[in-house]
Amino acid sequence: MTTTIRARRLLHRNSGARVTTLLALPLFWLVVLYIGSLAALFVTSIWKIDTFTSKVVREFTFQNFIDVFTDKAYFNVTIRTLFVAICVTLICAFIAIPMAFFMARVARPKYRPVLIALVITPLWASYLVKIYAWRTMFYPEKGFVNWLIQPLGGSSPGFGIFAVIIGLTYLWLPYMVLPIYAGMEKLPNSVLDASSDLGAKSGRTFFSIILPITWPAIIAGSVFTFSLSMGDYITVQILGGTFQMLGNVVYQNFSLNLPFAAAVALIPVLIMMVYLGSIRKTGALDNL
Amino acid sequence: METPLFATHSCVAVEGGKVRVIKLRKFAALMAASTLVLAGCSSSSDEEGSGAYAGPVKDTPGTINVLAWPGYAEDGSTDPNVDWVTPFEKATGCTVNVKTYGTSDEAVQLMQAGGYDVISASGDASLRLIYGGDLQPVNLDLIPNYADIFDNLKDRPWNTVDGKNYGVPHGRGANVLQYTIGKVNPAPTSWSVVWEPNSPAKGKVTAYDSAIYIADAAVYLMSTKPELGITDPYALDQTQFDAAMALLAQQKPLIAEYWADYTKYIGAVQSGSITVGTSWQVIANVLNGEKATVGAVKPVEGATGWSDTWMISSKTEAIDCAYKWLNHIITPNVNAQAAEYFGEAPANSKACALTANPDHCKLYHAEETDYWSNVYYWKTPTEQCLDGRTDAKCVPYAEWVKAWSSFRNS
Repeated sequence: MTTTIRARRLLHRNSGARVTTLLALPLFWLVVLYIGSLAALFVTSIWKIDTFTSKVVREFTFQNFIDVFTDKAYFNVTIRTLFVAICVTLICAFIAIPMAFFMARVARPKYRPVLIALVITPLWASYLVKIYAWRTMFYPEKGFVNWLIQPLGGSSPGFGIFAVIIGLTYLWLPYMVLPIYAGMEKLPNSVLDASSDLGAKSGRTFFSIILPITWPAIIAGSVFTFSLSMGDYITVQILGGTFQMLGNVVYQNFSLNLPFAAAVALIPVLIMMVYLGSIRKTGALDNL
Repeated sequence: METPLFATHSCVAVEGGKVRVIKLRKFAALMAASTLVLAGCSSSSDEEGSGAYAGPVKDTPGTINVLAWPGYAEDGSTDPNVDWVTPFEKATGCTVNVKTYGTSDEAVQLMQAGGYDVISASGDASLRLIYGGDLQPVNLDLIPNYADIFDNLKDRPWNTVDGKNYGVPHGRGANVLQYTIGKVNPAPTSWSVVWEPNSPAKGKVTAYDSAIYIADAAVYLMSTKPELGITDPYALDQTQFDAAMALLAQQKPLIAEYWADYTKYIGAVQSGSITVGTSWQVIANVLNGEKATVGAVKPVEGATGWSDTWMISSKTEAIDCAYKWLNHIITPNVNAQAAEYFGEAPANSKACALTANPDHCKLYHAEETDYWSNVYYWKTPTEQCLDGRTDAKCVPYAEWVKAWSSFRNS
């Protein structure tokens, strides 16, 4: 009992102790679990393995990086991964901007919560369930996509890069819609009124006023879609056919050659660092 | 199956009035040091030298953590009617915790991390674990059921090293060629349908998504390109290995998907997106559950396969329970249940009389020695050629994994 009182007095008098206690858990999370695991990833990537037993040998080597950067296959897979991430981000933005605009500006305010709920609903279902649903739709001969395209004289593209892009777009769309919706909702009515008072038509208002103001929100959404696509490997396994991305390389190697897998895993980390660094100026990070 | 490169040595050691026959079957490469072999023969008769548990197996209660392929150690949690762990716990007082794994590579990783007492390891995992010091030799005298194991599973390179036995065989199977009836005409009898560019099933072929599949290419090359001189698909020198990788590259345009998850494979066959490829008998059985839709054959070239062994961790603290488990799991009726549940050939010769389906052993060719003569069980390729060549350096498994990863992403 007395210890509780003593602790209270200490916290009351000492603001440093107060802050420390408050932030101990989040700081532990950030420093030890988050940055610590990244550091462990880096350290692992400069170790070797015993080639027979696959055990990690703690000897310094740059061989893993040499393997990653000299084998053309890994350069190609990096390019392919980037391509998919960019495509997914662009398609998500293309769909999400009008959607968010409708939700935030056109629909009646009383329907907004319903619309938001509808956007979030897919997130309640398991990732795997959704991707397996897409798998059945993409079956080359019997799938829904084939049934849809056949009357137009085409046939389902089957599993591959196209199916992966569609699947990932479907999965990450809500992460793009929500920040843009928040950005558009914050838009003051006065600027829109001013725009129309000055004679701008709705198209001009959209491109000259709405888009520039919500740009940071769009970039914020792209951080989600881009980074989630960069790291995904399960969708690729299920919808990719023979197609592979960086995550699959890590998955293929982590049990047998952990240091090499760690070296490969650093590629998306680097790409994301470059990406985040380049968008820092747009103010998008404040919108996350 | 017995290539002349394997030599069998028997020697009799008399120990405390008890006569034991110790069989040694070694790689010819190791035979080079023949004096060592002889020394190993005489020294393995004393338990100190072999490092195995001297016994006797006591009634010490304990807990064992079991690392197993799915379906190998069923405790009723998958299906209440499928349970051979609980009777063991009741009879022995040992508690059993089962953890399953999906690939040999995962098994090696988990075993190396520690915490498991016994493991059902395929040949491509066992050697890595033995040389890594993760397993201990097993004193087969303490496992009465071992006597009933099929002879062609005993003392094989994947369960016996330097004359020391490292476990008891559980079961085996071949990676068969599966085809959808009516979609692939005529019914294939050769692997050519999955390898040759003019395959009638182009775009609907599947292959196993693991580096060990390179051996399947090597099996095909053994009969189509005899000039390469491949005698063991797991002992490939650089030239042979490159030829196998070239064959895989030739195959790639034919492939619809590579498979590792067999439920996904089953769905793809049912939907028609895959019509032919390497498979397991159990997959064909599931697909043929209602009516026969697929055929499964071991093609004329032979096939890769697996032969699994129950082994004991070198760090176990429940040695008595571990020995009891090894004896229990190969009891004829338990072995029959497990083999039938998983869909493979049992290792215990007496299991065949006890399967629920009286034709089980016939279906899986358990008793046909000839059937297995061109089944090449998974092994871990090492730099020292497993086929006994001393004039060549073979490509070790780490390089297989690298090449496979690069190939899949090229």
